[in-house]
Amino acid sequence: MNYGEGSEGHMFRKEKSHSHCAALESKLVEYLDGLARPAERHAVEEHLSGCASCRSRAEEFRAIWSALDELPAISPSPSFDASLRARIAAEPVRRSFWEWMPSPRFAFAVTALVVMSVWSSSVHRAVKNPSVISQAIQATQGTAESDFGMIRDLPVLENFDVVSKFDALSELPVPPSASKQEGAKETR
Amino acid sequence: MARTDVQLMLDVKAGDEQSFELLLRKYRTPLVNFLYRMVRDTAVAEDLAQEVFLRVYRARQEYAPSAKFTTWMFRIATNLALNSVRDNRHRQMEISMDQSTDTGEEEQRAMEVPDRAPSVEQALVARCRAEMIMKAIHSLPEKQRAAVLLHKYQELDYDEIARVLECSESALKSLLFRAYETLRVQLAPLVSPTVRVDRVPADRSGQPA
Repeated sequence: MNYGEGSEGHMFRKEKSHSHCAALESKLVEYLDGLARPAERHAVEEHLSGCASCRSRAEEFRAIWSALDELPAISPSPSFDASLRARIAAEPVRRSFWEWMPSPRFAFAVTALVVMSVWSSSVHRAVKNPSVISQAIQATQGTAESDFGMIRDLPVLENFDVVSKFDALSELPVPPSASKQEGAKETR
Repeated sequence: MARTDVQLMLDVKAGDEQSFELLLRKYRTPLVNFLYRMVRDTAVAEDLAQEVFLRVYRARQEYAPSAKFTTWMFRIATNLALNSVRDNRHRQMEISMDQSTDTGEEEQRAMEVPDRAPSVEQALVARCRAEMIMKAIHSLPEKQRAAVLLHKYQELDYDEIARVLECSESALKSLLFRAYETLRVQLAPLVSPTVRVDRVPADRSGQPA
């Protein structure tokens, strides 16, 4: 039927046109700004040439933009800058650790003081616990004394050994007093 | 050669207070206007604009020029304005009707149109049109309002506005289309050839042609 075909055709055209109108949504503002790329600009112009409602909408958008320019600008109050400066001045100052140091010399002194206090506290801790030290001293003391005694007696022992094994000494004449004493010991 | 905003901000970071003064002088009026059109209250707009500058100053040590200075600044301003609008909406629910009429007077005082028109009638018409425009802008949802203000009055790029509003560029273009579509309907009396109120005759009689 002609009527039916005509109606469907009209509906199709309307649907197609509607989808084109919807597609214009993301392109029209850019087109009116003059920022659309050539291909998009061509597509928008083609649609506008065939769609009276979108053409009218585009014209009204331009008119609205022109009307929006009528909105007067207001000026900040004369006290604006002064108020802002007061707020900035009232801000708590956030300073880094090193900014607290008035001079590098002072910073060095503080660092040295910290190092010294750490060192002295470690020494103090060791003194407060003497058992460890005494054990260490005792452990070393025993071996040291025996070694020292051996070293001290070494020449004497050597001399005794030499003298006791020296055969020439047995050939020496016995003194008379010594021989008498020996005789008396023997008679007893 | 004039320093860019990013260079000025880097100088502020290095401790140059004068560069902060230059940024303040350059942006205080656009910021106050943007915020006034967002919140529709001059005192609140000035307070928020000062808060924006305060936050910029506070963040100077951590500033890294990853985006345009205006993008960063208007992002702070938009977030503050959106929070203020939402807070105010809650407050509005608590105040009485007679108190709300005070804001109308405040708005009228703020909307003082410069005396550029040659006649009293033209000044009145201009004020009437400005009020209509202001009301239409204020009727937009907050995000659409911010998009229109940044697009129309601050002339930021699509990329910048999208960054400020934290959306994609295509989403922004659709947002702007919907906003202007609403304004087209709301401000039809201003632009319709049959109802135009700006066609005031140039003579001082004040009678429409």
